[in-house]
Parts: sequence; structure tokens; C-alpha cells
Amino acid sequence: MCSTCGCSGDGEPVVTDLSDGGKHSHDHEHGPGHSHGHDHGPGHSHDHDHDHDHDHDHDHDHDHATTVTHQPSTRLVDLEVEVLAKNDLLAARNRGWFEGRGILALNLMSSPGAGKTSLLERTIRDLSSELSLSVIEGDQETVLDAERIRATGCRVVQINTGSGCHLDADMLARGLRTLDPPAQSVVFIENVGNLVCPALFDLGEASKVVIMSVTEGDDKPLKYPHMFRAADVLLLNKLDLLPYVNFDVERCIGYAKQINPDIEVLTMSVTRGDDLERWYDWLRRQVTAA
Amino acid sequence: MHELSITESLVSAILERVDGRVQTVTLVIGRLSGLVPESVRFCFDICTQGTRLEGAALDIIELPGRARCLACDQEFELPDAIPLCACGSANLEIISGQELRIKHVEVAV
Repeated sequence: MCSTCGCSGDGEPVVTDLSDGGKHSHDHEHGPGHSHGHDHGPGHSHDHDHDHDHDHDHDHDHDHATTVTHQPSTRLVDLEVEVLAKNDLLAARNRGWFEGRGILALNLMSSPGAGKTSLLERTIRDLSSELSLSVIEGDQETVLDAERIRATGCRVVQINTGSGCHLDADMLARGLRTLDPPAQSVVFIENVGNLVCPALFDLGEASKVVIMSVTEGDDKPLKYPHMFRAADVLLLNKLDLLPYVNFDVERCIGYAKQINPDIEVLTMSVTRGDDLERWYDWLRRQVTAA
Repeated sequence: MHELSITESLVSAILERVDGRVQTVTLVIGRLSGLVPESVRFCFDICTQGTRLEGAALDIIELPGRARCLACDQEFELPDAIPLCACGSANLEIISGQELRIKHVEVAV
């Protein structure tokens, strides 16, 4: 249900523009009486009851040839369709859209609470005088993260996925239409906090950035191999908490490299500001390449 | 539960491509695809309700993961998404196991 007007969004994602007084848009229209239309595909039928009594006897004659051949009751249709083809096509469209405008798009993924939003707040504070930045926030519910980003003065749009556990290429395209980022800028896409599902959905980003924190345990790369295999760079955050947790940094990096030999690993503490310059250098290199 | 949205996409992909009542759907799911076949079955029954796929049987062909080691050129079966060759190298090329494909459907005539 939409939290603003109370209408049923049919589980549809909701895009909220934080710089516009929290105005939100649905991809459906409200007609008079608040009705939602729906289309019937060719095979979508409704049942109708008809009384159909036969009040007379009648015979059907039919002849069987000596050899009876029955037509098969089904026919096989070869499809060989990739299930994610539709998302991949939309992601390719997003990628072309970014490239045409010289925009660097980064897909930030992590478990909930690893520090994605804090990293963005800090990055915006430190780099906004140097780079043009904007943010798309993905969460199941609330605009809390978008409000944090807006407080930094950065342009931000929130996508609420409702029951969805990840952003997909279509949701991102809709968010981008609202965000309307300028050419030659950087768009951070903060995915829904989840180390499983977002790994499978290409959004059209230039790079996938996975963030994990030392409070999560050093074995996470082995437990969620799809995510760490898909990522281009791993940001290992909250190193300031190392004295309080049982976490072996070298072992964690070893596991990540075992899953993905090409992954680049940057350690940092966002709250204390440790080693952020390496992340900023990485970002500047991507901007130059975009 | 990315299986739910993936199953929704596979149902709409079939509805877009075939007319008539679908009786059987055959999927190919690789063991390294990140998809749990049992979850797809669960979601399939929900996603097909009220469509021409409702009640259709779902056959899932599971393909094992296979990889080639880029260090020693050996080809071998990969039981999970952790890439490791017997020679110690983790630098592998995945040859199969990442499939996620609708192979064919049977339609009533």
C-alpha cells in the first residue's frame, strides 16, 4: 500500500523525489472513482455460467477408418529464452543511456547495516565540490535513507520496492526519469540491503561495489559467493571496530579473492574517515574512464 | 526471494510468446545460477494463477556446474559457486551451470 495516499500500489515500486517535497509517482493512473484498469491477454478468460439443457434426444453418427489416428493433444513450442533476458535488455538500455551522457553509474550493494548510506554521506561531503553527484536510494519501505542524503544537499530519489528484495533495471529506469542526472556526473545507486538477490540483476551500472563491515564475520565472501563474484570492488568498512570483534582482515580478503581473483579490495572506516582517500582515488579513476 | 520476480518474468515471457493453454513448462536451471529450484516451484504456482499457465506442470532440468582452470587447463565439475581447482588455482572460467532458461513449453491444441 502506498504510504502517502493509501492507495493499493499492487506491490508496484514507488519512486519519491526528495527534492520535490516528497512528491511521489506511481506508474498507474487514478481514474474517477479510483479504478485501476487491467488488460486481458488473449488467453485470459472469465468464467460465464450458461444453462445448456438438452431436452431432446439426438444421435451423432461418426465413422472410424480402419486405422484410427489421434492428433496429439499438445504441441511442443521450443523457446530457449533466457529468463533474465528482459531485465538484461533494459539494463543494456540504461547502460547506453549512461554512456551517452558520460554518466558513471555505480551499484552499491551490501547486507543491511554495512554502511552504504554513511559511505555516501561522507563521500558527498568530501567530493561534492569536485564531482557532480546524485543518488538513487532503494529500500523496501520508508524514505529515511533519502532524507539522510538530502540533508547533505545532494540530489536524491527514493525507490521503494514494497515486497521486492532488490532493484531491477526497470525500477532504475523509472528512478532515473525522476532523478534526471546531469551529463558528466556520478550516479550512486544504493541497492536494497541484501547480499543475495541484487547480485543477479544487472541494472546497467558501470561497476558493482560491494560493501561489508567487520561486524559481519570474515567468512561472508564464502557464504554469499554470487555477490562477491559479481562485484568489481569490495569496500571493507568499520575497521575502527576491529578491537571489539573477532574478524581476520587478511582471511576475509583471501576468501574474497578465492571467489573472485579480480576483485579490488579497499579497507576503510567511514565514521573515522580512515583510508577514504583510496576510495576517492578509485572513484576518480572510474570517472576518468567513463 | 529473487525467485518470485524471476518466476514472474518467466511466466510473462511465456505468455508473450505462445498462444493457448500451456500444459507443461520445461526450465533449465544451472546449479551455479543462484536460483533454488524448489523456490521456483513454489513461486510458479502463485505466479501462474489466473493465467493460461495455471495448473501447468513444471519440469526443471538441473545442470551441474563445470569449469576450466585457466592455470592448468583442466576441465572439471564445480559443485558450488566457490571456484577452486585441484591445482590450487581459483582463476577459473565457468563453462556451464549458470543457465536460467525456458527450454520449451507444451501447449494444448
